[in-house]
Amino acid sequence: MTTPASRPLSILYFAWVAEQIGCRQEQCEDADDMRSLTIAAFLARHAATSPGHTAAFARADRLRAALDQQFTSLDTIIGNARELAIFPPVTGG
Amino acid sequence: MRHIRIQTDAIDTGAELARLESLPGGAVASFTGLVRDDNGLLELELEHYPGMTEAALAALVDTACARWPLLGVVLIHRIGPMRLGERIVLVGTASKHRAAALAACAFLIDRLKTDAPFWKREHFANGQSGWVEAKESDDDAAARWDK
Repeated sequence: MTTPASRPLSILYFAWVAEQIGCRQEQCEDADDMRSLTIAAFLARHAATSPGHTAAFARADRLRAALDQQFTSLDTIIGNARELAIFPPVTGG
Repeated sequence: MRHIRIQTDAIDTGAELARLESLPGGAVASFTGLVRDDNGLLELELEHYPGMTEAALAALVDTACARWPLLGVVLIHRIGPMRLGERIVLVGTASKHRAAALAACAFLIDRLKTDAPFWKREHFANGQSGWVEAKESDDDAAARWDK
């Protein structure tokens, strides 16, 4: 067995989360050290990236997430996902 | 027959429901969601998660078709800016009889509100704007279909 190559992780933001952060997408080329984290633990760590990130992630109860375009709880481990999305509760219809 | 669309264009209810009326059933039910005049609202802006939205709507239609004997489903959601009174969403169902068409239509709009990644932003006449907060009553309405 060869060691799997590190896989990039796309992080997408929507609605006010994207506005507060000031961008809609980030690309982590080397995401290996995040893959054992839950989404909540990742957000806690990633919050230090900028004042916008800090503000957007300040209240986890206002955030929802999807891994590879499936809704999931913030307690889910990021694992092998290619895409993580962070957004407010949905308000369509 | 299933017709699922996410579009910036206005929704032509008559043309969309005609698709269902051309099927050999005896019942077509529909729900139309409109931009409502809330506290001086001027415009609504709909954002979505491209890719995930399409998959989420297709999964909802799959669930409805497995649960009720449907001949057809139309599910159209607009994105982008829309003015007061314009259509945001259209759900239409066709079946042999009314009970299945009505129940499936209610299921689809209740679940769409909680299971599809859309977000609404309101723009008011006084120049203010803000993101719409999710409502607990929508979660309750969606949960009634769990049983």
